[in-house]
Amino acid sequence: MDAKTITTKERLAIPRQVMPAQEPEVRVGNFDEVHLGLTPELAQMEALRCIQCKDPVCIQGCPVNIKIDQFIKLIAEGDFLGAARKVKEDNVLPAICGRVCPQEDQCEKLCVIGKKREPVAIGNLERFVGDYERLTGQRIDPVVAPPTGKKVAVIGSGPAGLSCANDLAQFGHKVVVFEALHEFGGVLMYGIPEFRLPKAIVRDELDGLCRMGIEFRTNVVVGRTITIDELLDEEGFDAAFIGVGAGLPWFMGIPGENLVGVLAANEFLTRVNLMKAYNFPNSDTPVFDCKNKSVAVFGGGNTAMDAVRTAKRLGAEHAYIVYRRSEAEMPAREEEIHHAQKEGIEFQLLTIPLEFIGDDQERLTGVRCQKMELGEPDDSGRRKPVPVEGSEFVLPIDMAVISIGNGSNPLIKQTTPDIEVSRKDTIIVDINTMETSKEHVYAGGDIVTGGATVILAMGAGRTAAAAIHEKLSNTAKRFEES
Amino acid sequence: MYRIVSAIFLAENIKKFVIEAPRVAKKRMAGQFVMLRIEENGERFPLTIADSDPENGTITLIVQGAGKSTRALNGMEAGEMISDLVGPLGTPSHIEYFGTAVSIGGGVGTAIAYPTAAALKAAGNYVITINGARTKELVILEDEMKAVSDEAYITTDDGSYGISGFVTQKLQELIDTGRKIDFVLAIGPIPMMKAVAEVTRPYGIKTVVSLNPIMIDGTGMCGGCRVTVGNEIKFACVDGPEFDAHLVDFKNLADRNRIYLKEEKESAESGVHHCRLTEQM
Ligand SMILES: Cc1cc2nc3c(=O)[nH]c(=O)nc-3n(C[C@H](O)[C@H](O)[C@H](O)COP(=O)(O)OP(=O)(O)OC[C@H]3O[C@@H](n4cnc5c(N)ncnc54)[C@H](O)[C@@H]3O)c2cc1C
Ligand SMILES: Cc1cc2nc3c(=O)[nH]c(=O)nc-3n(C[C@H](O)[C@H](O)[C@H](O)COP(=O)(O)OP(=O)(O)OC[C@H]3O[C@@H](n4cnc5c(N)ncnc54)[C@H](O)[C@@H]3O)c2cc1C
Ligand code: SF4
Ligand code: SF4
Ligand code: FES
Repeated sequence: MDAKTITTKERLAIPRQVMPAQEPEVRVGNFDEVHLGLTPELAQMEALRCIQCKDPVCIQGCPVNIKIDQFIKLIAEGDFLGAARKVKEDNVLPAICGRVCPQEDQCEKLCVIGKKREPVAIGNLERFVGDYERLTGQRIDPVVAPPTGKKVAVIGSGPAGLSCANDLAQFGHKVVVFEALHEFGGVLMYGIPEFRLPKAIVRDELDGLCRMGIEFRTNVVVGRTITIDELLDEEGFDAAFIGVGAGLPWFMGIPGENLVGVLAANEFLTRVNLMKAYNFPNSDTPVFDCKNKSVAVFGGGNTAMDAVRTAKRLGAEHAYIVYRRSEAEMPAREEEIHHAQKEGIEFQLLTIPLEFIGDDQERLTGVRCQKMELGEPDDSGRRKPVPVEGSEFVLPIDMAVISIGNGSNPLIKQTTPDIEVSRKDTIIVDINTMETSKEHVYAGGDIVTGGATVILAMGAGRTAAAAIHEKLSNTAKRFEES
Repeated sequence: MYRIVSAIFLAENIKKFVIEAPRVAKKRMAGQFVMLRIEENGERFPLTIADSDPENGTITLIVQGAGKSTRALNGMEAGEMISDLVGPLGTPSHIEYFGTAVSIGGGVGTAIAYPTAAALKAAGNYVITINGARTKELVILEDEMKAVSDEAYITTDDGSYGISGFVTQKLQELIDTGRKIDFVLAIGPIPMMKAVAEVTRPYGIKTVVSLNPIMIDGTGMCGGCRVTVGNEIKFACVDGPEFDAHLVDFKNLADRNRIYLKEEKESAESGVHHCRLTEQM
């Protein structure tokens, strides 16, 4: 089939192309990526399914408005590099977003093909072009404008910080990224596991940013090691962008939560991902020994799925998801829920934990739970779960992972009191510019929205970069005039 | 990379390091700590900043070899490099004029208490220090402590030096002789801190302890360092490490600190890093 001559009818007849993946029985025994990626042939075939709508509604579903119809057309025509560049006009990290975006709720949800058939696999195609450029070594670094003489501090190196840094560098500003941990990438590095997002991809993106002249500094906790005021007043930065993410895991506040063996998903995933505990004792950081044990993860989001599948890979005999609503309400990406099911994760739905139970050494031995049923819809339209009388039971477990979300890290608030925050400690910004209540200081990503998505964080980083650029260009002009 | 400027043993298994870390040196206040990662596969672990020299851009750490990471660090010499060092972390000690303040240190806790004792002295307090060690050879920072104390006592468990007995006995004795004590700081092994809390509790003396839960990131992200204080969950790396001794659930802390006992032993015995260290030397 040829992209130039194919008819709409022929396009509609092509089934959604399935991305090759490791078999579930195999992949639970390793930390390698589950999906293997589309081949060029599969990608081209999938691209032909797009009917090239006059009004591509899919674009409205994408938080950064990628020109979806155009890049897919280029794939169909076999111009993979052209497609990669087209995507990168709006999204600098296609290999990452193609993997982790909740497409079924965004671009693919609006795709017209999806009305009667399966939508075009926009995410898979985006991932394909990102991978193609990288794997064939044909990555072209973005053009960087001549130096403006302006200097911007980017605080935090998650997706928000990285995309902001990228754009600022392209505008010709000097950018220094400050990161609290010893590795860059934020949640991409310490949260999302290797089997979903290989760290080599994140590192490759970071290399690209280094080549653009962006300076990266580890081990700087802004607020403690240096304050924002010092960056602006003493170190000569003209503006600062705060992309410090959410952090601060929530606990459930039920009895027994401090027993040995109860931990937050962030701790579990940080040990395994950032500190490479799966490689213990070759790496020094240990992780709870899951082999032949029972592990329960409490929550229904992406973090919960990542934690439970990690536990399975570390050898857990039973790996449970305990979630208080039903599968339909789970906030995790659909694909990850399906993967988890195939990998033998046991779902205890409509179930809430009441109490953790331990032995005389305060080691966790089980969790007392109660069954729920769905009642009337609440304000958000979701049917509220209500407890079922007499349905209590004890689930024997050795480790519990709490994954019910994160609050905001209070550090910036404590050390920069003139930045306005909400009651939930998220930073308040003007959503058109991402500027905070403090002049020259911008913020975006999870620290503004609360736990959200990679693509929203990136979008915020870009909005801020554009606003910072405009502000700095104007100040430059003012100086010239005077 | 962070260069070790000097490294000398103060006692068997306790070593004092001066390390180049200009930003940390400039910022640190009493009671704060740093997280270190010695090399690529190393774990992140916390150490209190015992002293700093902002002019020369250095900080002082005093380290007791406890397991794999601290022993590996104690095997390092001046001129060698530490991969990662971040700080200053934690909420600084709350320093004010209390009147008479007693600083109690047990073992390497003496080193952790030292900067706060010095700050208490600088704030005009009458400072009494009581520092305990198991035996004479393990007594550290005697001169430094004397220099910031109005009265300085040393206790040894075996009576080989100073007063024979535990730090709590000396504290009780001070109370019994009618000394008015307005503030107590106690830093050391968990059982010691718990014992001090029990001594001061009946008298309602404000008592602060510095807790040592297992930490991973040290920035408030992982929740691993959570401790129970007054029935609330607190994160020691951001809310602490110092807390009101009379509200701390010490049993929970002790139990939670034992979680990786098996792995810590395995790690210490695996010897993977000792090989690498020898290669470097
Ligand atoms: C396990 C897990 C799985 C997820 N899965 C998905 C998914 O599949 N799809 C999706 O779209 N989203 C997913 N998310 C959510 C997504 O990762 C976040 O919304 C996104 O990473 C937020 O980006 P950010 O740049 O705002 O912050 P982060 O990625 O959190 O990065 C913030 C960075 O700032 C650093 N920092 C913090 N404080 C300071 C300071 N004071 N000074 C200097 N540096 C500091 C942190 O160390 C960190 O590196 C997941 C999240 C988790 C935890
Ligand atoms: C805020 C704070 C300040 C500290 N200051 C000092 C100091 O100035 N000097 C000093 O010698 N020690 C200090 N410690 C203790 C020191 O961090 C531990 O001795 C060290 O981490 C042990 O690691 P290891 O690999 O050598 O031993 P391991 O064999 O791994 O552990 C020995 C014991 O140390 C504790 N521990 C293990 N890993 C950690 C970790 N990542 N974080 C915290 N504790 C851990 C556990 O209770 C464990 O049972 C401090 C601890 C905290 C929390
Ligand atoms: S970035 Fe996300 S929402 Fe946008 S097109 Fe790609 S997969 Fe869809
Ligand atoms: S809505 Fe679907 S078919 Fe239409 S342009 Fe977008 S991806 Fe193609
Ligand atoms: S060490 Fe992770 S939150 Fe304190």
